[in-house]
Amino acid sequence: MRRKIIVFIIIAVCYLLQTTLFEALSFASISPNLLIIVVSAFGFMRGKKEGLFIGFFCGLLLDIWNGGIIGFYSLLYMYIGYINGMFRKLFYPEDIKLPMLLIAGSDISCNLFIYFILFLFRNRYDFGYYVFQLMLPELVYTMVVTIFLYFIILKINQRLEVIEKRSASKFV
Amino acid sequence: MKRKPKFILPTKYILLLMTGVCIVAMLLCFTLNITGGPLNTVAGYVFVPMQKGINSVGSWVVDKSDNLKQLGDVMEENEELKRQVDSLTTELNTIKLEQYELENLRELLELDQKYPSYDKVAANVIGKDGGNWFTNFTIDKGTEDGIEVDMNVISGSGLVGIVKDVGPNYAKVAAIINDTMKVSGMVTSTSDNLIVNGSLQNMNENMVIEFSNLNDKDDEVTIGDPVVTSYVSDQYQQGILIGYISTLEKDANNLTKSGTITPAVDFEHIEEVLVILNKKQTADN
Repeated sequence: MRRKIIVFIIIAVCYLLQTTLFEALSFASISPNLLIIVVSAFGFMRGKKEGLFIGFFCGLLLDIWNGGIIGFYSLLYMYIGYINGMFRKLFYPEDIKLPMLLIAGSDISCNLFIYFILFLFRNRYDFGYYVFQLMLPELVYTMVVTIFLYFIILKINQRLEVIEKRSASKFV
Repeated sequence: MKRKPKFILPTKYILLLMTGVCIVAMLLCFTLNITGGPLNTVAGYVFVPMQKGINSVGSWVVDKSDNLKQLGDVMEENEELKRQVDSLTTELNTIKLEQYELENLRELLELDQKYPSYDKVAANVIGKDGGNWFTNFTIDKGTEDGIEVDMNVISGSGLVGIVKDVGPNYAKVAAIINDTMKVSGMVTSTSDNLIVNGSLQNMNENMVIEFSNLNDKDDEVTIGDPVVTSYVSDQYQQGILIGYISTLEKDANNLTKSGTITPAVDFEHIEEVLVILNKKQTADN
């Protein structure tokens, strides 16, 4: 229960920052994608199942607020969380290369998917433009934010795991 | 005491189940045209107050940093503006006289009907779309202030967009520069109709949006002509300024023209908007 509340707070804070503060701090009208960092990080730290649910709720939040079709972002983020969960066995907290790589991969594949579904099917064929002017800048900005945000999420998760272990050992 | 082993569903089945849920939700949205319903209301009560809070803090910080940056510019500008005030005051007096004359003439012609003054409500932008692909934003007024879906949103004198979804204390606005948006417009100088459609690429590269289907046989439309919302539109009130034509070229079919429009609104720095409370009258309502 404690974990659920804290994860919800993390998602809410990231979403609020993404829609308010980082929109104001955007470079060349590009802002970072904080939710993808949260989904991806919890995916490879906690496994497929948690990644799946956290992805689903982050996506649902975007769906509700973007006023589009409910379920589109939910589906996309859910799969991103799930796929990141597959890398749990390779994950070591001390190593930053794998998390960076996974978050970068998640961000770019999320954007590619959005492009293919929402833009390509409406005759927007200039793929190069969207890659270089939108996806790559977002990727770079997201990576810069990741360096800070990832460690915050990692520390919170480690703290939670210690507390959970302690309370679990009480029952034995 | 030994606890009974709980039955745990394998993750891949959960994934499959949730995929089904999402797809059903999408289909329902498509067929029944609903967006969220009660979920929206709950989310509205949870997130809108927080967004308002962060936004006021954020804009305070941005304000302060901007203030320092612009102090020099402002002082220079002040001098210039003072000079301008003098010339404008004289101009205003002439215009006042002309206005008086115009009002008299309009009364004579009983043209009041054509330019009704709309009821408007002012709202603050409190959040933007959480991505870089679309330009939607959330404003801090909702059904409690009389806002409904399909109401037009303006800022200054230009058209910003249209209300897509509304909750008790917030409303979601889709901007006309959105890649998926289309507005039926009209060139004021010749009353020719055209279709304005948003474009992410053109907006990011040149700060313009596209238009097409302009029927201008006699080449009367020129660059710089203002484009307003058309009387044929079923969503937008007539005569709201969209922008000014910036480029113009003949289509391959040799009949119509297309080109780009510079929007009248600065979409990068939009903070306050006005929502027009009158909806366009259509055959349905």
